[in-house]
Amino acid sequence: MSIENKEFKPLIVAFCCNWCSYAGADLAGTSRLAYPAEIKIIRVPCSCRVNPMFVLRAFQRGADGVIIAGCHPGDCHYTTGNYYARRRMTLLFSMLDFFGIEKERTRVDWVSAAEGVKFSTVMNDFSKKIHELGENRRLGDLRCKMPIEK
Amino acid sequence: MQNADREINKEKISVAEMAKQILEQGRADRLMGWKRGEFFYDNSPAVFENLSELDDFVYDLFCGSNLSKFLVKESRKDGKIAVLLKPCDRYSFNQLVKEHRIIKDNVLPVEIDCDGMLDIDKIRALGIKGIKKITVDGDQLQIDTVYGPKTCAREDVLLMKCLTCKDRVGGDRFELVKEIEAMSSVERYEFWRSELSKCIRCNACRNVCPACTCEKCVFDNDKSGIANKANTDSFEESLYHMIRAFHVAGRCTDCGECTRVCPQNIPLHLINRKIIKDLNEFYGEYQAGEDDFSKGPLTRFDLDDVEPDIVMERGGNK
Amino acid sequence: MSAQILTVKMENIGNLFKAIAADQKLYLPLEQAGQVQFLPYDPADDSQKVRLDVLNTVRSAKDLFFPQSENMVAFKKQGKKIDIIENREKVEAFTVFGVRACDARSFDILDRVFLSEPVDVSYAERRARGTVVTLACNEPEETCFCETFGIDAAKPDGDITTWIADGLLWWQANTNKGVKLTDKLLSVDAGLFVDSTGEAKALEEQQEKIREIISQLPLHGLSLEYFHKEELKTIFNSPKWQELSEACIGCGTCTFVCPTCQCYDIRDYDTGNGVQRYRCWDSCMYSDFVMMAHGNPRTSQVERFRQRFMHKLVYYPANNEGIFSCVGCGRCLAKCPSSMNIVKVAKTIGGEANV
Repeated sequence: MSIENKEFKPLIVAFCCNWCSYAGADLAGTSRLAYPAEIKIIRVPCSCRVNPMFVLRAFQRGADGVIIAGCHPGDCHYTTGNYYARRRMTLLFSMLDFFGIEKERTRVDWVSAAEGVKFSTVMNDFSKKIHELGENRRLGDLRCKMPIEK
Repeated sequence: MQNADREINKEKISVAEMAKQILEQGRADRLMGWKRGEFFYDNSPAVFENLSELDDFVYDLFCGSNLSKFLVKESRKDGKIAVLLKPCDRYSFNQLVKEHRIIKDNVLPVEIDCDGMLDIDKIRALGIKGIKKITVDGDQLQIDTVYGPKTCAREDVLLMKCLTCKDRVGGDRFELVKEIEAMSSVERYEFWRSELSKCIRCNACRNVCPACTCEKCVFDNDKSGIANKANTDSFEESLYHMIRAFHVAGRCTDCGECTRVCPQNIPLHLINRKIIKDLNEFYGEYQAGEDDFSKGPLTRFDLDDVEPDIVMERGGNK
Repeated sequence: MSAQILTVKMENIGNLFKAIAADQKLYLPLEQAGQVQFLPYDPADDSQKVRLDVLNTVRSAKDLFFPQSENMVAFKKQGKKIDIIENREKVEAFTVFGVRACDARSFDILDRVFLSEPVDVSYAERRARGTVVTLACNEPEETCFCETFGIDAAKPDGDITTWIADGLLWWQANTNKGVKLTDKLLSVDAGLFVDSTGEAKALEEQQEKIREIISQLPLHGLSLEYFHKEELKTIFNSPKWQELSEACIGCGTCTFVCPTCQCYDIRDYDTGNGVQRYRCWDSCMYSDFVMMAHGNPRTSQVERFRQRFMHKLVYYPANNEGIFSCVGCGRCLAKCPSSMNIVKVAKTIGGEANV
């Protein structure tokens, strides 16, 4: 169990709205803009679909950072989804901060389908932050991190 | 408070007398109140169906439990049930009516007075053992024990929820929350680790909570992926309380039952109060259960709500 | 059996703890965030607060022999092969100090379940390696009723019995394990104990005092004879279960603080890189207790509530020579959110038959 010695390779989960950020990621790709490979994208139909438990589950399974990317306020495909998501996530992140989880590990950003450059910038920036913070030791299930051994 | 069909104690008769009259006059078929216990301090919630059962009825300084949640089941039975509601319990009652968890037509809410309830655990924590009897003497309590008489200040042994009673000018209920917010992130983490690692996952906080009325809790549902019966990892201790607090966000009336029942004295209400404080600051003052119709803060929005970045900018250092 | 009685001055009790902890884990009633629990003692850590004045720890001493959760075995899939990996925790020798008479008796009740065929290996291992040092209760609480079960709080069982009296800790080994620990301590530090055999007047006075207090407790004289005499079906069908269970909120507090509750569940946890099988306490108060493919045999709270008390007062005694599965520690009396407990149940169901 020599986690200590290994170079830190973070695991970042990005929940991306199908109608904007996910397409933004596509655009970033076709425009050959790089974003870190440690970011794992999960496509959701709307930022509002992200149940706060999804965020906690990601941390449980060993995520070092979680980012939620949705449509800009006012541009939601379903008219109002991202407004609800905004309240919910603000509250969730504030609560996680209250529990002593580093607040830089969570983030919400609004990225439209046309913003390939922004997508790449946001993801690079977030990944940099997580690299600075190092491994997430405060919120994660040890059993998921350790290989099963005798 | 909205409902017109509430019993209000206008003639200032004793609560026991009120209970008797309600059953006697047939204003309700059953009455939910408290039943005298084995000792003087262990009153249990109970349903009384006739006058002879009322012999065991009690309303004294140890009736801290909130009866609202019992109505989720009781209001679905035949006949009308009267329920005794202390001022703080009325918020939970309203909230449950709002969420259609209590069938209002089958309930006769009866408003009763309360001067603050005592916490037997706090008395024990003072090192007072073998308690036989307590008499209130102004601000002091005279406690008769197997080991001789003891005294303590009433203020020191009130239930946590009574210290910041919503119906009286109490202290600042966010005082402790602010203290924790002012800690560093590591200190906060360590504070919650030391508190939450005591958790034995008895689910008492969940089962007593008037806002937790799911038919099947996510923690009991094997298909949810997070169902468990014990905290097998420190993460599960935190996860359980995070999910629970967040699930009642905007609906929690701050009734304080979670902290009252916790066998390990974990200050669970602080998590809920943190959320209430945030909701108030971000989206305007809101008291869940103030009425039985308004929309909660997480089921509405404003176009110019604060951005989630605000968490980064607000107090509490790294 | 040694009738030898040793003493150590209370102000030197730290030396005793250090001597025990020198080569094994020592569990003491320590304070953690305001609550007292049996936790591992660390001689190097000055911040630990030993609380011998607190009667009952919140969780009972059964935790040390039957922990709330423990790994059993793990599975790992590689291609079409499944590896079975034994990763049960290795049990080292340990001592627990400060166990009260009630908790000490609870081990007998658990032994009858876990040590009868098929023997529970984890429990047996912990029982074999653990030394129990009991402490007499100088200040019993009003919730105590161990006397009902023939337990003497003035002379608890255990491998070693200790008393606090007259500024001294009195120490008497009862079993071979107890003698072994005593001899080991003496071999390390011959001056640790003073031999006070034959000079135990202060100790006897303290015992008298304890018995005197117990005779004044409100639950003194509580009898459960009704449950021995009455037919199982009559008790089972009593209409009073309904009203008793009305206050029950269906949490597991009573079962988890109880020193004699022994039900557990075996579960699998998918860690993402394998499956960890573990067992953990279960509570008959939970809706998914003994869940089977067809569903749950007890679908209402009144049935679940009845099950718990029927098990303690009727089923267990029926299988175990009339021994009740309760030791009168009073934890459920103090902790139930609705203040519903075994004493209320016994008195209500038994009616006049139980005082």
